[in-house]
Amino acid sequence: MKFTIEWLKDHLETSASTDEIVTALTMIGLEVEEVFDTGARLRDFVVAHVISAEKHPNADKLRVCKVDAGTGEVIDVVCGAPNARTGMKAVFAPVGTYIPGSDFTLTKGNIRGQASNGMLCSGRELEISEDHSGIIELPEDAPVGTPYPDYAGLDAVVIDVAITPNRGDCAGVRGIARDLAAAGLGTLKDPAIRPVPSPAGPSPIETFVDGEMCRMFAGRLVRGVKNGPSPDWLQARLRAVGLRPINALVDITNFVSLDRARPLHVFDADTLKGAVGARRARAGESFLALDGKTYDLDETMCVIADDEKVLGLGGIMGGEATGSTEETTNVFIECAWFEPNAIAAAGRKTGINSDARYRFERTVDPESVKPGIEIATQMVLDLCGGEVFEPAIAGDVHGPETVIDFPLSEVERLTGLKLSAVEIKGVLSRLGFWVSGSGETVKVAVPSWRPDVSIKADLVEEVMRIVGVDRVPVTPLPRLSGVAPRMLTPIQNRRRIARRALAARGMAEAITWSFISGEQAALFGGGQPSLRLDNAIASDMTDMRPTLLAGLLSGAARNAKRGKADVALFEVGQVFLSDAPDGQRTHATGIRTGTAAHGGGGRHWQGKTAPVGVYEAKADLAAVLDALGIDIDKTQLVAEPADWSHPGRGGRVQLGPKVILGWFGELHPRLVEAFDLAGPVAAFVLDLDALPEPRRKATRAKPALALSPLMAVRRDFAFVLDRTVEAAGVIRAAKGADKSLIADVSVFDVFEGGALGADAKSMAIEVTLQPRERTLTDEDIEAVGAKIVAAVEKATGGRLRA
Amino acid sequence: MSDTIADLSASLLRDIAAADSETALEAVRVSALGKKGSISALLASLGKMSPEERKTAGPAINGLKTEIGAQIEARRDALRAQALEKRLAAETLDVTLPLRPAPSATGRIHPVSQVIDEITAIFSDMGFAIAEGPDIETDYYNFTALNFPEGHPAREMHDTFFFAPDETGTRKLLRTHTSPVQIRTMETVAPPIRVVMPGRTYRNDSDQTHTPMFHQVEGLVIDKSSHIGQLRWVLEEFLKAFFEVESVTLRFRPSFFPFTEPSMEVDVQCDRSGNEVRIGEGSDWLEILGCGMVHPNVIANAGLDPDVYQGFAWGMGIDRIAMLKYGMADLRAFFDADVRWIEHYGFRPLDLPTLFGGLSS
Repeated sequence: MKFTIEWLKDHLETSASTDEIVTALTMIGLEVEEVFDTGARLRDFVVAHVISAEKHPNADKLRVCKVDAGTGEVIDVVCGAPNARTGMKAVFAPVGTYIPGSDFTLTKGNIRGQASNGMLCSGRELEISEDHSGIIELPEDAPVGTPYPDYAGLDAVVIDVAITPNRGDCAGVRGIARDLAAAGLGTLKDPAIRPVPSPAGPSPIETFVDGEMCRMFAGRLVRGVKNGPSPDWLQARLRAVGLRPINALVDITNFVSLDRARPLHVFDADTLKGAVGARRARAGESFLALDGKTYDLDETMCVIADDEKVLGLGGIMGGEATGSTEETTNVFIECAWFEPNAIAAAGRKTGINSDARYRFERTVDPESVKPGIEIATQMVLDLCGGEVFEPAIAGDVHGPETVIDFPLSEVERLTGLKLSAVEIKGVLSRLGFWVSGSGETVKVAVPSWRPDVSIKADLVEEVMRIVGVDRVPVTPLPRLSGVAPRMLTPIQNRRRIARRALAARGMAEAITWSFISGEQAALFGGGQPSLRLDNAIASDMTDMRPTLLAGLLSGAARNAKRGKADVALFEVGQVFLSDAPDGQRTHATGIRTGTAAHGGGGRHWQGKTAPVGVYEAKADLAAVLDALGIDIDKTQLVAEPADWSHPGRGGRVQLGPKVILGWFGELHPRLVEAFDLAGPVAAFVLDLDALPEPRRKATRAKPALALSPLMAVRRDFAFVLDRTVEAAGVIRAAKGADKSLIADVSVFDVFEGGALGADAKSMAIEVTLQPRERTLTDEDIEAVGAKIVAAVEKATGGRLRA
Repeated sequence: MSDTIADLSASLLRDIAAADSETALEAVRVSALGKKGSISALLASLGKMSPEERKTAGPAINGLKTEIGAQIEARRDALRAQALEKRLAAETLDVTLPLRPAPSATGRIHPVSQVIDEITAIFSDMGFAIAEGPDIETDYYNFTALNFPEGHPAREMHDTFFFAPDETGTRKLLRTHTSPVQIRTMETVAPPIRVVMPGRTYRNDSDQTHTPMFHQVEGLVIDKSSHIGQLRWVLEEFLKAFFEVESVTLRFRPSFFPFTEPSMEVDVQCDRSGNEVRIGEGSDWLEILGCGMVHPNVIANAGLDPDVYQGFAWGMGIDRIAMLKYGMADLRAFFDADVRWIEHYGFRPLDLPTLFGGLSS
């Protein structure tokens, strides 16, 4: 919402400076977005005397002018304007001047052999009018050398404020003035609105109203007007706030809209047939709007219509065919009240952004219909003359007429600011509220232009914003406890720990989009319709992700295109299995590509560089689990990979068939290809929500440490096994051979093929025996060794290697 | 006899000096002091001597034995030292060869996660728990319960992502702010409530400072007495701690949000003259958050009596305050997984933000 200081002073008696006004506006909730001086950018343009204007020797339509711009020298200017002539006064731009209407900065020129060191300008070049038929002609007495904006009075200070959706009343200068007056920046002037006499009698045009979307519709005929350009003061004001003057009648409607937040429309009455009013649009109707576009209408929209046709989209935009033109002699002024939601909906549907829509969807004062038509009629009479008929009014609308029982203590209760009853009542009264009663609780009646105020808290806001939030004393919030207790839930802690653990393994944390393409979602078991956006911003951001892998793999592909083929990325974030709150789970997921193993990627003198593989993925998963207090060796690790995994190089970690913690593996070659990646990818997925809640013990003490004084004994065994035998089975069998004596079993060598044949492998284990009561004798060791061999052979079908 | 001893001594000392390895030296020792060694032979000859002869020859031979023994030991030490020196020289390695960096040196925490940890550190000290809610919300939690009237332009301003309507015609949406968590918290937690609610939020918007997905943090205090004076204190304390400056100057501008009344936007004073924004100095204002007293309708919608319970709430962009504090220019890069960006703007795994150790190093 733009307005000038001069315009503001129509409504506000004030001696405040521009700075004071600007500061006050922002601090009372009318945020100033911009302040500018309309004359500022025309500073370099000066009044000049054309000493002579001769025909250009080499061009028929050009003139070579000698110009005196008050600098003491005579400046050569080549000018193409037909009205350039000797002795005239004109507006001159010296070299270096920015010409706003043409968007360029003037340089020295040579036009067909004649030097040109400046420019004589048209109104359009200065963007002060549409005129480009010739250069601006100034009166004889215009003082040479004076900056043109000073001479022309183009020094209006324009303030642009952002109006919040609740303040329809401040979409007019008067509303802004009222707020400023309440804040102590002056006095609100009270120009009385008098009914304009209607000597021509009852309206020959009847009006009607639908009563729902349009609650009140007033029209008034003025016959015999003389339309034409509006007076300079009105044009200057409209131009200052960025509106193009059209003709007096249209300019009047724009002026009242900006001045009073009261949109109006004027019809050329000769184009109307029968009664005029507001009604629901009919399916299939369309109309050609003032913006030159044709809009299709439906039953949710309110149109202005006569007996024959749609005249305009109510509260949004008028029609091309029935608007007033310079030739209009009989004008029908329309002033109506539309339901804000209906306007917002129709505005959204048609995509029209107009000053009328801006105001109606923020709620126009319901009681402004009659005053609005009087103000407009008076201006039409003043500027265009004519014969006034009585207004034809259909329907009626009033404000909510809210009365609030307001305990004055509410101000302190909600803000902490203690104010006197006098001050509170004063603020409310200056804003136009009626306060009655003298006790602790007063009655406050809300004016019709403030339908946004309906409860006590609204009044507290009114008081606080006008006295200033700065006056509210800053008060510490009392602590609820001395030392803050544990604040994070288990899942919040898990996320935090998982991130740090994975970063400590050299991985970079990515945050990728929660939505991915439908194709990618389908690759990972997603893509159900309930998780697909109806209005996605892009075709590859349509489906809520069922996995973090897709985002990470796409990220790895982008990195590879930038020359980074070896990346270790992880993300800890939400995945979506359904649209219900419990369908959202938190995963920790990581990928390694190329050679980006735990020790680092790329070539290095210390060792051979190998592509990443399943064991990298398993190590990452084990490390996160360990950080979260779960020993992967104590979980069930099964060789049943996820669908995304290489079928022979992946596994699942679970605490039972129903408690699946995660998966690891090499990415399936099909997916490697689908994501446009080159080499193998090691990946893991951990479902952080699947982890069991740790049991809270009564104390934090760890179990006593039982150290044996007896030396542990280590023995090695090598077995020849079928190639498909899993290490886990060997370890389990060996451990089970004597649970009291065997403290640990580790695999220290595995090899396949060679002399063993294609289907066999050798696996060597080291068994640690920890005696508890006495030192082991050779017989003891031999006995347990035999049990181990028997157990492993039985479990695996293998044999001890000779 | 004495000549024999002197000759032997000279000969042995020569041999000792000539021994260039421990093996050679051992051969000298055996030749002198071994069972059949020259000195052993001399010692054996003592038995055949007269007592007079023995009186002089005995000490002389024993003296020779001691001296030769000592010389051999000395020579052995010298040879060992030489050998060690030689070995060490041979073992020299090029210690300037670069190693692979430690995983903990190359791993990175995303700035958003780091900033959430910083926010958590500050607010948990002030007694705020962390609350969360789902990203896929209902119209009720995202709008209606938060006092957005049906069809109100404020709803339109949210650029909401919607899912397709289900068979009953209702459609879910992606939450446009973290405020639904206010309702979910008030529905399940009895006052006094002090929570902060970080999370992902979504709006159908994209440019240098807007992405369709972004992060917000919301704060909520509900009890029987909290007011705007305390809201001002909480925000000032938070911003001071977060930006790690001595003081901040805030400007509270009245504004409008459907779910707070009174509502305010907050600007922080800063210096924007250089390449980076400096909070706590300068004379520019930067809008940083929105806040207000929780609207009585919202309190009532969550099942509490607004004449008994009151409180305040605020919300701000996590990505935005991360950009302000750490200087990232383009929001879109946050979600690109570009390892160059993550390495540059990310944090080391052991950069743990704490109040006792400082939020940032």
